[in-house]
Amino acid sequence: MLRIKGLTKRYRTGDLALKGIDLDVPDGQVMALIGPSGAGKSTVIRCINRLVEPTAGTIELNDTEIVALSSGNLRRMRRRMGMIFQEYALVERLSVMENVLSGRLGYVGFWQSYLRKFPQSDIDEAFRLLQRVGLDHMADKRADELSGGQRQRVGICRALIQNPELLLVDEPTASLDPKTSRQIMRLIKELCAERKLSAIINIHDVMLAQMFAERIVGLKLGEIVYDGPPDQLTPAVLTQIYGEEDWASTIRKADDDEPETIDEIAPATPIIERDRLAGLT
Amino acid sequence: MSIALPTERRRWKKPPVIKRAWLRWTLILGFAIYLALAFGTISVNWARVWEGLPRGMQFVTAFLPPDFTSRWDEIAQGIAESLWMTVVATAVGIALSIPVGIGAARNIAPLPVYYFCRSILAVSRSFQEVILAIFFVKLFGFGPFAGFVTLAFATIGFYGKLLAEDIEDMDASQAEAVRATGSSWLQWINYGVQPQVMPRMIGLGLYRLDINFRESAVVGIVGGGGIGATLNTAFDRYEFDSAAAIILIIIAIVMFTEYSSGYLRRWVQ
Amino acid sequence: MTDALALPKKAWQRRDRKAQFTVWLGWLIGTAIFVYCFQKISENTIWAFVWDAPTQAADLGGRMVPPAWSYINQLWRPIWDTLNIATMGTLISIVLAVPIAYCAARNTTPSVTFIRPIALFIIVASRSINSLIWALMLVTIVGPGVFAGIIAIGLRSIGFVAKLLYEAIEEIDESQVEAIRSTGASAAQTTAYGIVPQVMPAFAGISVFRWDINIRESTVLGLVGAGGIGLELNAAITQLYWTQVSLMLLVIIATVILSEWVSAKVRHAII
Repeated sequence: MLRIKGLTKRYRTGDLALKGIDLDVPDGQVMALIGPSGAGKSTVIRCINRLVEPTAGTIELNDTEIVALSSGNLRRMRRRMGMIFQEYALVERLSVMENVLSGRLGYVGFWQSYLRKFPQSDIDEAFRLLQRVGLDHMADKRADELSGGQRQRVGICRALIQNPELLLVDEPTASLDPKTSRQIMRLIKELCAERKLSAIINIHDVMLAQMFAERIVGLKLGEIVYDGPPDQLTPAVLTQIYGEEDWASTIRKADDDEPETIDEIAPATPIIERDRLAGLT
Repeated sequence: MSIALPTERRRWKKPPVIKRAWLRWTLILGFAIYLALAFGTISVNWARVWEGLPRGMQFVTAFLPPDFTSRWDEIAQGIAESLWMTVVATAVGIALSIPVGIGAARNIAPLPVYYFCRSILAVSRSFQEVILAIFFVKLFGFGPFAGFVTLAFATIGFYGKLLAEDIEDMDASQAEAVRATGSSWLQWINYGVQPQVMPRMIGLGLYRLDINFRESAVVGIVGGGGIGATLNTAFDRYEFDSAAAIILIIIAIVMFTEYSSGYLRRWVQ
Repeated sequence: MTDALALPKKAWQRRDRKAQFTVWLGWLIGTAIFVYCFQKISENTIWAFVWDAPTQAADLGGRMVPPAWSYINQLWRPIWDTLNIATMGTLISIVLAVPIAYCAARNTTPSVTFIRPIALFIIVASRSINSLIWALMLVTIVGPGVFAGIIAIGLRSIGFVAKLLYEAIEEIDESQVEAIRSTGASAAQTTAYGIVPQVMPAFAGISVFRWDINIRESTVLGLVGAGGIGLELNAAITQLYWTQVSLMLLVIIATVILSEWVSAKVRHAII
């Protein structure tokens, strides 16, 4: 159970990004956070694991207060929260396996991690996760050789190997094509269900949010303006969040999601990567 | 999708940086042998080093305070000479390196011209400024003229090579479009090539001005004039406090030129 | 604002009047400075020597051929020393430059107000003083020989390596570092996993590049007594053994071109 009370963030520039947010996320709930750019979605997520320091308010994860933690305790706390990033944020020059294992850094000592001597149980778990997302044959590939969708799946493995109680997901589909976006969202949803994980997903794509989240929270200028189930997201509500626009076509019918399994994902040709490498040589 | 199957215990080791094992081991062994040999042959006279340490301390203490006054006339003269040399050498060097650089660009120069210009660049770049200075001092006599010729010649190697590389990397279609208008060769260089390489070359020119000042401090050691001669004399007389003053002045001028040339480069580009 | 269409002809100029004036003024000032400086150099020059230079050069050239090939057998040791000065000096500088670069980079420095300026000053001081001047100082301190040369090259290279390295550290992708930090990694682990892999290629390239420059620099350190081939070169020049001098010049060209080739190959392989 994540409990946020009166979360406020004022940046050094003076911008008030969050104006006293109150939010409870029960265990096992997948929640989408929607809102226009600059509404403070990203700040909310980064305040929870304190990549951004909150100005005021309290955040409790399963009865542990996060905001007041000392740096050592904060590191132990961060282990309990997996984070998935917008541009994947994989360490590009490390291999897929090293990237996944970096999720265990909070559990092993420095020299152990520096010499890449992770416990066998971590390696087993890493292989199991990579197999789950269909990438175990790529373990020794360098991360920058992967396509966008593949990278994001590695990012998901890195977050899950932490064995977290909560997933913080920041715009997971922003750099992916529509089909891959759906696959990634479905994967996140399935994995949350398998592990009874709760998740907060920042997403700007309203349709995807409706498709995969159980609960939607709308944020506008640092304030919550909507909190409810996906099917009550009416044009009026969207206008309130984003401003005037024709929303009728955006709102999805509940059943046009054709079944699709992860096995069908053909590894997309990493065209961008090839070009980039060609440019380098 | 089935995930329940118990995965067999798979070992994982970080893959080595160099994949081919023989190559990896040859490199590691070769480097180890080299290090052993090198350490074996470097003879350090520790007694002499120990003896010299007090003198080192003396030198360090000379910085507090450095002596700017007692040799000020010589220092001022040296600095002025260095600055003249720097300015003239940079201007002349860049002017000369433009034809050499154009000649050394494979995509616009005919083959004989290319080889000729490339060999000029190779000679100019191979020799450290000081070696060049020794010869130019022999030819032109002691004083700033020899230093100026040295720095100008070294500038040709640096600037000409970068210019040639820049021209080789330029966008061929732009140059082609200008040629298609029926322009003469010079017009083609002026309209098709120059605009593409100009911004970077201005920046590099300022950068070279920097380098030339720094180098002007050493050509003096072998008789090429400038602040280096003053510094060398100070060392010969064991006047560490004057030497410290000169070194501080050099650092200050280098810092100043570096910052101002960085500023100018941003402004120009 | 005048209506452009109404005008019969519109004059075209590349720059407007003010910009044109600035450019023109820039050229004028530049030329004036140049002429002044050249005037000053000319006053301090004995022109008779300069006009005599072509004859001198021809004479010198004549005395330099053919190179004394057999002398090469006495050169192996100085060449080896030169190589050692460059390599050992580079290794020392790398070891010292890494922590300095870490302290100088804005995103990794422990303290922006205290430690960073110190690191930056070390970098500037090391860079502004040519290795020959470092050698000049060190020879008076630790005595002539290879050791002084190694230290001189090392001290000069710290600034170069540290400057390029700290710029590389400042250019890294912060989101990768943030991702590692969010897993609960310690500061040391964040550096090892988030920063080191990103700057490793740049670091290797910089080191090899500096080694290549150092080969060239170490050929002259002998002139002030710091070992290597420069020592022999100086001796041969003062004793007017011009055929030996020409051989050494050829050896230097060969060494420098070879090291440049090696460094280019290695840098290419890294990218």
